Amino acid sequence: MNIFLQYILLGVAILVAYAVLALILIYVERKVCGFFQCRIGPNRVGPWGVFQSVADMVKILLKELVHIDKADHVLFRMASFFVIIGSICTFAALPFARGVQAIDFNVGIFYVLAVSSLGVVGILLAGWSSNSKYSMIGAMRSGAQLISYEISSGLSLMTIVVLSGTMQLSEIVEQQSDLWFIFRGHVPACIAFLCYLISGHAETNRGPFDMPEAESELTSGYHTEYSGIQFGFFYLAEYLNMFIVAAVASTMFLGGWQPLHIPGLDGFNAVMDFIPGIVWFLGKTFFCVFLALWIRWTFPRLRIDQLLSLEWKVLMPICLVNLLLMAVVVIW
Amino acid sequence: MVRQNYILRLVSSLWHLAQGLYITMLNFLRPKVTEQYPENRGKHIYFERFRAELIMPHDENNQHRCTACGICQMNCPNGTIRVTSSAPRILDRHLYDIGSCTFCALCTQTCPQRAIEFTNSFEHSTFTKGPLVKQLNRPGSSLKTASE
Repeated sequence: MNIFLQYILLGVAILVAYAVLALILIYVERKVCGFFQCRIGPNRVGPWGVFQSVADMVKILLKELVHIDKADHVLFRMASFFVIIGSICTFAALPFARGVQAIDFNVGIFYVLAVSSLGVVGILLAGWSSNSKYSMIGAMRSGAQLISYEISSGLSLMTIVVLSGTMQLSEIVEQQSDLWFIFRGHVPACIAFLCYLISGHAETNRGPFDMPEAESELTSGYHTEYSGIQFGFFYLAEYLNMFIVAAVASTMFLGGWQPLHIPGLDGFNAVMDFIPGIVWFLGKTFFCVFLALWIRWTFPRLRIDQLLSLEWKVLMPICLVNLLLMAVVVIW
Repeated sequence: MVRQNYILRLVSSLWHLAQGLYITMLNFLRPKVTEQYPENRGKHIYFERFRAELIMPHDENNQHRCTACGICQMNCPNGTIRVTSSAPRILDRHLYDIGSCTFCALCTQTCPQRAIEFTNSFEHSTFTKGPLVKQLNRPGSSLKTASE
């Protein structure tokens, strides 16, 4: 009985953290977007508009779920759950601080990659079951994009797995206690970090890679027909996927919750140890989120063929060569 | 040769992307000058020539300079101003309908006495059209004579 209570509490904690982080991310996105466009961003609800996303959440909860005629209703309703469950399962595996990790097993990073690509099933289902040409095209583009970019993101994470020799997330973080992998892995780790940021960014369907929901041509892609909280699920999953990609990047390359340690500077290292791990983790993750937002509000959208040739002709060959380079570095 | 072009293109495109990122970062760090309207009420200084409302200045003896010549009424393109006088040079009512005013300032520019001018107070919204028509001369006011 006790263990069940534990599981329920854990589940509630993860769901609450998920929802709260989504609200924070939506606020951060709107504020940062405003600043990039020389605006102020939301500033009406609460001081500096901090409660804007809470108000939006209440609004979206109260909205009607529109019944779509001639849609495949079972799949249509299921699709948004696929997307959000894939995202929550990935979220649960992240190491937030020392010991603050729901599931920690020996194939951690493999699990993260596998479960995060479950979302593409939901997206394809959403596009197909909506019985709408915009949704269909959006979902097809999304499928092509996600499956191709999965390769280079997987390869760049594999580079770090080669360096660390383990796939367990807690072990990977533990190994970075004296020096983060991006510094310890020489050039290949930096290249892998860059490749992971690009491909991870593409996997979240954002920024210059937002082909699946290109507003100007596809209204809003695979979630055109959705309304109310079901649209909210897609929206939530999109933002949390951005967080997850940033969190994985910071765990694998920037040392996760480990403080910044420089070998030889003992005083500096001791000072850094006073900052708790969760602060380090969230700080690094939000740094990566900021990079994603910076890229999103800078570059114009790619065409679908440019998108795929970027992956297959540029990113994947670089990642393969990089993996080889890392193997050479590790052997030496 | 082909391989060299591939590398060159890669490096040059990365450089161009970095340039784009630099430009947007400049915009990000630029101070935001958007006016925060209800918050800056009373604090913001508007420039002198900002035309928001027509008024007729009165001095401490409740006297104005309007001679009721009607030049402002004749020059107004919208029929916004209506000047009525009971006797020559005695202003009865100077009616100004802000609802149809385009703030062209032809009235103030042509006024030979400089009796009317524009001020910066711009908050004119009302629920009905009635309060938009304003009488500019105060009740009981009189013409300021040259000797005074």
